[in-house]
Amino acid sequence: MSPANDRAEAAWRNPLRDKRDKRMPRIAGPCAVVIFGVTGDLARKKLMPAIYDLANRGLLPPSFALVGFARRDWADEDFGKIVYDAVKQHARTPFRQEVWDRLAEGFRFVQGTFDDDESFERLKDTLHKLDIERGTSGNHAFYLSIPPKSFPQVCEQLSKSGLADKPEGSWSRVVIEKPFGHDLKSAEELNAVVNSVFPESSVFRIDHYLGKETVQNILALRFANEMFEPVLNSHYVDSVQITMAEDIGLGGRGGYYDGVGAARDVIQNHLLQLLALTAMEEPVSFSPSELQAEKIKVLSATRLAEPLDETTSRGQYIAGWQGGEKVVGLLDEEGFSKTSTTETFAAITLDVDTRRWAGVPFYLRTGKRLGRRVTEIALLFKRAPHLPFDATMTDELGQNALVIRVQPDEGITLRFGSKVPGHIMEVRDVSMDFSYGSAFAEESPEAYERLILDVLLGEPSLFPVNAEVELSWKILDPALEYWATHGKPDPYEAGTWGPESAFEMLRRSGREWRRP
Amino acid sequence: MIVDLPDTNTGAINKKIVAMREEGGAITLGRVLTLVVSTDSEAMLEESIDAANAASREHPCRVIVVIPGDRLTTEARLDAQLRVGRDAGANEVVVLRLSGPLANHASSVVTPFLLPDTPVVTWWPDLAPAVPAQDPLGKLAIRRITDATNGSDPLACIKSRLNGYTAGDTDLAWSRVTYWRALLAAAIDQPPHEPITSALVSGLKDEPALDILAGWLANLIDGPVTRTTGELKVELTRPSETVTLARPQTGVTAVLSRTGKPDALVPLARREAKECLAEDLRRLDADEIYYDALTGIDKVQYV
Repeated sequence: MSPANDRAEAAWRNPLRDKRDKRMPRIAGPCAVVIFGVTGDLARKKLMPAIYDLANRGLLPPSFALVGFARRDWADEDFGKIVYDAVKQHARTPFRQEVWDRLAEGFRFVQGTFDDDESFERLKDTLHKLDIERGTSGNHAFYLSIPPKSFPQVCEQLSKSGLADKPEGSWSRVVIEKPFGHDLKSAEELNAVVNSVFPESSVFRIDHYLGKETVQNILALRFANEMFEPVLNSHYVDSVQITMAEDIGLGGRGGYYDGVGAARDVIQNHLLQLLALTAMEEPVSFSPSELQAEKIKVLSATRLAEPLDETTSRGQYIAGWQGGEKVVGLLDEEGFSKTSTTETFAAITLDVDTRRWAGVPFYLRTGKRLGRRVTEIALLFKRAPHLPFDATMTDELGQNALVIRVQPDEGITLRFGSKVPGHIMEVRDVSMDFSYGSAFAEESPEAYERLILDVLLGEPSLFPVNAEVELSWKILDPALEYWATHGKPDPYEAGTWGPESAFEMLRRSGREWRRP
Repeated sequence: MIVDLPDTNTGAINKKIVAMREEGGAITLGRVLTLVVSTDSEAMLEESIDAANAASREHPCRVIVVIPGDRLTTEARLDAQLRVGRDAGANEVVVLRLSGPLANHASSVVTPFLLPDTPVVTWWPDLAPAVPAQDPLGKLAIRRITDATNGSDPLACIKSRLNGYTAGDTDLAWSRVTYWRALLAAAIDQPPHEPITSALVSGLKDEPALDILAGWLANLIDGPVTRTTGELKVELTRPSETVTLARPQTGVTAVLSRTGKPDALVPLARREAKECLAEDLRRLDADEIYYDALTGIDKVQYV
């Protein structure tokens, strides 16, 4: 394409689009999505239902195709049946035959293995045929729903077969899921491999937390309102606690989890992204590059508080009663070695060295088999510098808190003191509650719906870039190295809120974990 | 639960609402707006309430339906009906039947029921005032929704919206074609990136949604826009291709065809009032594109 042509292309504007037209939904252009690892749990429970939900909401193009790639010996119809079952079971929106029929016309299945060149030739043929039959216009998204150790191989095959090249006027994108490496070095290697085939602008790293409405609402809460942002700094905030707790254990996930552990699995990606959104400065605009610039800035100012033996804690669950059910400890779970030192609970303390946050500890914790399934960001405020009451009047007054509940029961809680009715002055904590579910849509779109649509539209704001992934490892690596050389995780009973060392970790500074 | 309160007053109704809420535990404090529905006919009453209830799942609201009772009697009289819980979706419905001289003072009856500090939207499902913003019920609202489709002469209705327009007005005929517009825009996104030289909108004579779609196109493209009566389709012509979006009148699947490309099928059923209403409640600021489209109807060539 000549430069003059390029300019003409850039100057072209679709007359039917207008920024003021807020009513008109953005429908993705013609494209095909290829899912590698289509037999996996993620594909069945999240990806395929999300694709159906998007189709049901009218956001997929008429020329859309879904290609499954796996080892199984399936025909297109068998694959269609698998998608059908997945959609019936897991889709969020009601099943509509006419939507399903249209979607199913674009299903194809390619049988093959990652090390077989011929399989990728077949994939290429299939995509080429779809371009002709369905008009998918050479636009392809490759979703790698596979273990990360296969990323290099698949990327190489995509490159060798020419599938990664984008012919003029079309696009080729790759979607990868966490984990993005297991430390800084491996992350850099992985990024190098992926980037050697796909330029960074075509790589979409999915952190499904960023697709959640409540996470995006952090930005609205902070930057669209006047009443919160002025107090979000070290003058008023005492500490920040970010928790992601799961009640499930690791039965059956041994292969993936053993040797990885809670910190790599959750803190490196989800929790540090939540921290970045909570602590970052206001972006100049909401364009993807400006948002990323602010997240990168705050992550580069973040480091572990030391000494690590006092500011971190890790644990491993042992047998116990959880929610009325007797459960086994990690070492007795299927797939784990009896001597595994993999942590199922991790807590760290971070300092954010900026003018706004200096001196405010950020406590991050995550774990399996904890009290209940919950993810939240709690900003705990300092106590008022002077209380014009007798000590007895404010005995029961705790710290003010602003809690962003990410899941479940998405919403915001504000905790403050209020007078207890009666003739004496007595102040105790009350909560004011905003629940997303009752103020807005009965159900917000699933995170994967939003993220898949963004991939198809080429809209990168909700995907962490290379630099964010590497910075996150840089923050976490010292703790991982310290743990590797210092003993083993502390045991905690399943169904509790983690090991004693985690409570001790906060008590040292006179603080306490909030019970989420 | 449905409770009838014959010959009553607004104070008694408000008391009953609070009591029912406490008893039944039907508390949704997260309401985001008050929807006032003004209809003239019993026939539209249930249909409108159904649509409002469906929309309330996305926008929890209080629905106040105003309907004239016996206009001829000389005695002013207010009859009310309350619906909460299962009979009211995610909201509560207050039906107010105004008789006698009271029929002309609907806004005074409605005012005590407006939720504090939340926006008010007024919807006329069938007959709408000539200038909605000057109607007493329209004056209460920041958003005024009409529906030309149910007017006696739909084309005249949609054409008249321009003269009666105030920022904040919309018509459900406009939301009916949102997906048509989105599909056309997405098709035009694709190469060849050439200007649209002409457009044809065809369909039933009494489908004002198509008239406003034609008006929208007339304002945006540099060329003639024609509206005809016949099969349901929209055709956009560019120098080297024609984009056609067509659907059987009562079908649920449309065909998108482009010169030199395979035909693509797309689910595109006619949108029901409840979906249109839910979309209209999503944004309460002025819809400038709607206004532009109204001004465009004059440029459309009817053949």
